[in-house]
Amino acid sequence: MMMNNAKFLIVEDSPTMRQLIAFSLRRFRNAKIIEAVDGVDALRKLSGPDKIDLILTDINMPVMDGLKLVSLVRQTAGLKDIPIIIITTEGAEEDRERGLALGANAYIAKPIQSSHLIRTISELLAV
Amino acid sequence: MTDDPRAEKFLELFNKGREFTEELLRENERLRGRIAALEERFREIAEENKDFSGRYAEIEEQNNNLASLYVASYQLHSTLDFREVIDVVQEIILNLIGAKSYAILLLDENTRELRTVAWDGEELMPGIDTLCIPLGSGMLGMVAASGESYYLHQDPKSGALSLDRPLAAVPLKIKDQVIGAIAVYKLLVQKEAFTAVDYELFALLAAQASTAIFSAKLYSESERKLNTIQSFLNLLTTS
Repeated sequence: MMMNNAKFLIVEDSPTMRQLIAFSLRRFRNAKIIEAVDGVDALRKLSGPDKIDLILTDINMPVMDGLKLVSLVRQTAGLKDIPIIIITTEGAEEDRERGLALGANAYIAKPIQSSHLIRTISELLAV
Repeated sequence: MTDDPRAEKFLELFNKGREFTEELLRENERLRGRIAALEERFREIAEENKDFSGRYAEIEEQNNNLASLYVASYQLHSTLDFREVIDVVQEIILNLIGAKSYAILLLDENTRELRTVAWDGEELMPGIDTLCIPLGSGMLGMVAASGESYYLHQDPKSGALSLDRPLAAVPLKIKDQVIGAIAVYKLLVQKEAFTAVDYELFALLAAQASTAIFSAKLYSESERKLNTIQSFLNLLTTS
């Protein structure tokens, strides 16, 4: 069963990619989408009033990259169980392994296929 | 006929049993026919299902591309700042096309040369940052002169690429007027080659990028002229 009213945090410095991911997430009924432009901005939003159900993060971002963000989220009480999907141009196998080893639940290489993203999210949010 | 009522009863039962068996056999035959028809229908439905599944995947892909195109178009036309438009074009080439090394070239109307205005992956293809190609010269010059896209139909990892022989090049044009070109030299490691859909998407994105770049250029030129005229007017009114 797929979760409705889910809250997604998109962490991505490219406005084009943020909009494209947000566009795909409209498949989830009543989804609330929160956007952050880098890891620091994401941590600020994670400490806000919205309880995030899933984080989608890029790797290459200014200020704080996605790998650092994954690592910090996994060490923070209250946040460490949030599923994380890395969406990145870094598609080499060693990059994937590093991302998953840090605690990401899934790793998707760009260019993204909307159907693949939706399937991955549905699996992670399945109850 | 027999006088023995038991034998008669037995015969009667036997006949009923026979009729019943015959009826069962007929029913059995009818059911066999229905099973065969249902099996045939099942095969047809399985075939239709396979067909629908293929069409679903196709529609998903088209939906994905339409979403990409919509988002790209929205972002490209969300600003009239030339540098911001170029940044969006770069984001699109990297994130939607999947290019690791590429150059965006614009045509200089005075010198009739294509010059690099933005690039990425210089370390993979040294020299892409300073390309200067006369219109009609070489593969890139031909793309700009003819207004026709060019795709190298070979294994992108074969290493036969050069500055003038990219993996793909699409003209940036508004109707028949070419204003530049996008050359892709290397794809991201996870993207092995361009697919048929990529060609279509790339061409559509280039068309959207062309109008956005052209509008931004016109806007910045008119802004510059307006500022000059304004300064001139200010000078006249203050003196």
